[in-house]
Amino acid sequence: MAEELLRKAFKIYGRNFDRAGETSTEIKEILKGLNIDSGIIRRTVVVAFEAEMNVVMYAKSATLNFVITDEEIDLEIADKGPGIADIEQAMEEGYSTATDEMREMGFGFGMGLPNIKKNADQLKVESSVGEGTTLSVRIRLNPNA
Amino acid sequence: MKLQEIKGILQCDLLTGDPDLSLEVENVVASDGMSEILAFLCPGALMITGLTNIQSVRTADVADVLAIVYIRGKRPNEKTIEFAKEKGIPVLATELGMFDVCGILREHGLKGAM
Repeated sequence: MAEELLRKAFKIYGRNFDRAGETSTEIKEILKGLNIDSGIIRRTVVVAFEAEMNVVMYAKSATLNFVITDEEIDLEIADKGPGIADIEQAMEEGYSTATDEMREMGFGFGMGLPNIKKNADQLKVESSVGEGTTLSVRIRLNPNA
Repeated sequence: MKLQEIKGILQCDLLTGDPDLSLEVENVVASDGMSEILAFLCPGALMITGLTNIQSVRTADVADVLAIVYIRGKRPNEKTIEFAKEKGIPVLATELGMFDVCGILREHGLKGAM
C-alpha cells in the first residue's frame, strides 16, 4: 500500500490571466521540497501548468487536487466550464478552439492536452458539455515500477 | 557558448540585475507559443520569445530553461522582471527579430532544442 506524503486542493479561477500559473509554481516548490527527481517535477509541472491555463482560458473555475504518495503523483483538475464535445479531436496536436486573445497570451495553439498526455503515465478525460471537464493524471515516481 | 557572449553578439540589454553570465548554453528553443516551448522539454536551453507577459517567465520556470531573450525590442513589465529575478532566471532583451536572432545563434554553433 502506497504511503501518502501530502495532499492539497487548489482553487483556480477562470479568466484571471494575471494569476494563471500560480498553482503550478506552488506545486513545483512542494515537489522540490520533497526532493523529487527533477525530470518527474518537470513533467508534473507541465501537466499542472497546461491544465491550469486551460481552466483560465475556458472555464469559470476549477479545483485541482494534488496527492503525492511514495509511489506516484495524482493530479485531478475538475472544472466548471463549457466541456469538450469531441475529446478525441481535442487531443489532436494543433486542434484548438482558442480565441486571438488567448493566443496573444502565448497559449491556445492546440498543444495543451497533447502536452499533458505526453507527460502523464495515465490520463483520463471526462467531460460533459455545458457542465465541465475533469482530467485525472497519474505520474509514477519510479518509471520502471 | 557562454551567456555573456550571447549577450554581446545579440546586442542585448540585461534586465535582471547581476546574474551569473558565465553559464554555458548549448541548445535553444524559440517560439511565441508557450506550449510549443513546453512540448520540448530541454532543461538548460536558452529560450527566445516575443511574448513578454508573466506567463513567459512561468513557462521558463516550468521548462527549467537557463535564460530568456526577448526579441524585437519588446520589454516585459517590472512585475514580470521581478518574478524572473525571484526564480533566478536571467532575462535579456534585443532589438533583433526572431529570424535574425535564431540565424546568428545558429551561425555561432548553437543547436535547436526541439
